Amino acid sequence: MLEVSGITQIFGGVTALDSVSFKLAKGDITGVIGPNGAGKTTLFNIISGIYHQTAGTVYLEGKDVTGFPPERLARLSMVRTFQNIELFGGMTVLENVMVGMHTKSTSGLLACSFKAPWSISEERRIRQGALKWLDFTGITDLADQKAGNLPFGKGRLLEIARALAVEPRIILMDEPAAGLNSQETLALAALIKRIRDMDITVVLVEHDMELVMDICDRIVVLNLGKKLAEGTPQQIQESPEVIAAYLGDDD
Amino acid sequence: MEFNQILQYTLSGLSTGAIYALIGIGFSIIYNATGIINFAQGEFVMLGGLLTLSSLQLLKLPLWAAIPVSVAISTVVGVIFERLAIRPLRQPTPINLVIITIGGSILIRGLAMLVWGKDTHAIPPFSGDTPIAIGGATILPQHLWILAITLVIIVFNKFYFYHTISGKAMRACAYNRRAAGLVGIDVKRMVLFSFIISAAMGAVAGIIVAPLTMTAYDVGVMLGLKGFCAAIIGGMSSGISTVIGGLLLGVLESLGAGLISSGYKDAISFIILLLILFIRPQGLFGKADSERV
Amino acid sequence: MKKDLLLFSAFTLLVAAAPQLFKGGYLMNVLVFVGINTMLAVALNLLLGYAGQISLGHAGFFGLGAYLSGIMTTTYSIGPWLAMPIAAIVVGIIACLIGFPVLKLKGHYLAMATLGLGIIIFIVFNETVDLTGGPSGLSGIPNLKIAGVTFDSDVKNYYLIWFFTLAVMLFSLNLANSRVGRALRAVHDSEIAAQVLGVNARILKVQVFTLSAIISSIAGSLYAHTMTFISPASFGFNFSIELLTMVVIGGLGSIFGSFLGAALLTLLPEFLRAVNDYDIIIYGALLMVMVMFMPGGLVRGIPALYRKIFGQRKGTGNA
Repeated sequence: MLEVSGITQIFGGVTALDSVSFKLAKGDITGVIGPNGAGKTTLFNIISGIYHQTAGTVYLEGKDVTGFPPERLARLSMVRTFQNIELFGGMTVLENVMVGMHTKSTSGLLACSFKAPWSISEERRIRQGALKWLDFTGITDLADQKAGNLPFGKGRLLEIARALAVEPRIILMDEPAAGLNSQETLALAALIKRIRDMDITVVLVEHDMELVMDICDRIVVLNLGKKLAEGTPQQIQESPEVIAAYLGDDD
Repeated sequence: MEFNQILQYTLSGLSTGAIYALIGIGFSIIYNATGIINFAQGEFVMLGGLLTLSSLQLLKLPLWAAIPVSVAISTVVGVIFERLAIRPLRQPTPINLVIITIGGSILIRGLAMLVWGKDTHAIPPFSGDTPIAIGGATILPQHLWILAITLVIIVFNKFYFYHTISGKAMRACAYNRRAAGLVGIDVKRMVLFSFIISAAMGAVAGIIVAPLTMTAYDVGVMLGLKGFCAAIIGGMSSGISTVIGGLLLGVLESLGAGLISSGYKDAISFIILLLILFIRPQGLFGKADSERV
Repeated sequence: MKKDLLLFSAFTLLVAAAPQLFKGGYLMNVLVFVGINTMLAVALNLLLGYAGQISLGHAGFFGLGAYLSGIMTTTYSIGPWLAMPIAAIVVGIIACLIGFPVLKLKGHYLAMATLGLGIIIFIVFNETVDLTGGPSGLSGIPNLKIAGVTFDSDVKNYYLIWFFTLAVMLFSLNLANSRVGRALRAVHDSEIAAQVLGVNARILKVQVFTLSAIISSIAGSLYAHTMTFISPASFGFNFSIELLTMVVIGGLGSIFGSFLGAALLTLLPEFLRAVNDYDIIIYGALLMVMVMFMPGGLVRGIPALYRKIFGQRKGTGNA
């Protein structure tokens, strides 16, 4: 599904990533973990087209997508969420998710402004679709609230609903459990499993080890920019290198 | 094209360029300390000239006293502006900052119009107006004053920013405000200082050029914009890059006006501005900065 | 959206009835300008309020429309109704070409670039004397005619201009509440998140910029035919600032706000005839006060103020 090969990223004098390579299978939930500063978010930013890597390639479903901008990747059914949720604060919750359906709709500027008949029916379809995703994440009751007013946990759910509206085949989540309490984290775990059940490949960067060990099928461990280990949760938990890397680190 | 002509244009271009450099450095200092482009920068230039005029005519002060007085008053205006307009801003988004500094510049300009009217005024040159011959060109003593004072200010700036605690503190703010705050630098005070220095520099620029170009309530607009061009060419540095930017701009403008067409003189600066913003927004000498592109 | 349409219908009725209420007279002339300024303010608002891109040179597009129409209909005797779309297309192409490099810039840099652009256009108007008549202006521009009716009086021009203005307002309302409008607002709130969801921010910004320029150009053409005389002074930096003030005072991202701002800034100088020279101080002060105390503009600030004074009322208060 997703393959990164030899990804290297050098910022000024700092090597953030050093020849990282791994493959992800379709339909898996994969966790990317590592101590702070390991390069996890940098890796995500490169995969999702936000940074230009110094070297290496990214393959999506066998296709070389290295350096593709994020909007192009969305049309290839890859989407991501952000660590500090990037909601469209000025719009309502429903409108946020409706933006998620941008790639599933086509009405252009003129069609929208002149209220062409096909744009009206498309608008109805977008609205219905967005409501469906709000339902899936359980926040339908918040549909008309301003997104900027949401409590953090609900905002997270909104961001996920919005990303799902793209109908991606792969979703990258950057620390989705950050800032959630234990109850919300359990709900998140269930949600991610339901996402996987829809045949969507999930990749997460996470620090919450319980969550990672609970739901991930495979785990990739990064440390100081290099791939340290790769395997099932069981294998990772027993790997001496991983234990050594985390020793002295808090979670 | 006669060599003498080119020399003439170049020399006068250098002196206008020096003015642009001073104004540009003013922009850069505030920008580096606060991230704000102070659209009102040109108005300090205007105030320098007009306040000197009043000091000379109304207060009957001699020139050597009039200049510090007008610089001081301009600086006070700068402080008031920072306190009233910039500091209390609740939502400092780029749009709001742009609008508030534009509003401020219009307000200051309008008040100047009330006080001094719409006429242009002349200030006597510092040491007479006997032309001096250089090569086949002539310059006025005021040109030399401009270049000399600009040099002094640049040297002073270098000293201040690199060899005094407060100067280094301001540079720290420019690199990383959060970190600067964490090591105990009073960032708000640095912001204030940056306005003080820029207002003072702007006023001086206005004073030294006024004997050549006359002064009026609206000279700040164009001078400010061209000073901004100089700052952009120099990559928003408060040092030698902006000076080069200013000099380059002044010379190109002067040559263009003299050799091509004088009506389009102002357009030359803005075309250069657009070209730089399009092709190399980090300035001729700067490193690429992802925030601007 | 329903609320907007209701408001718009009420507004249309008001506009249609106004000439009866004011029985012609000088106010009619002013209301023609309110119409033109509203059109311009809405155009700028689409770019500034919805897409979040600063432009300080919009007077330039207004002027280009006016001069292109003016020159085509006088020097080249092209019919006004043909000249107007030609001008709009030319301005649209210019905006599109300039838009690509310019809109790569952000914040202050974009503001300065558009400022520089507007000034360059202004200088060109002043210097190409053979074409434009230079600072003395261009006169003899014909009035518009439809089916034998010549639009040469204030009342007739009022209906003509406001027809276009209302059309532009409706067009913009439709756009704001649509897929493209949402994408625009998304780009404004978080460009990176919008891109991740598939919105091509770059192309969208250029599209809005071009649309905004085309509307301004049409306003310019209409202005030229209404005034029959134009000069560069109306299309300089000062007017760009006036437009910005109208949008900010009315409320960024609010179409009706643009009308409020335009109306206020067009009518105010008329009532403050005595303080005409001081209008520039008032603009400056207004800009600063609005940004400091009512950043959402009058359209949001007044209801909020009302609620503060008279206590909470139900409703979400958003236009």
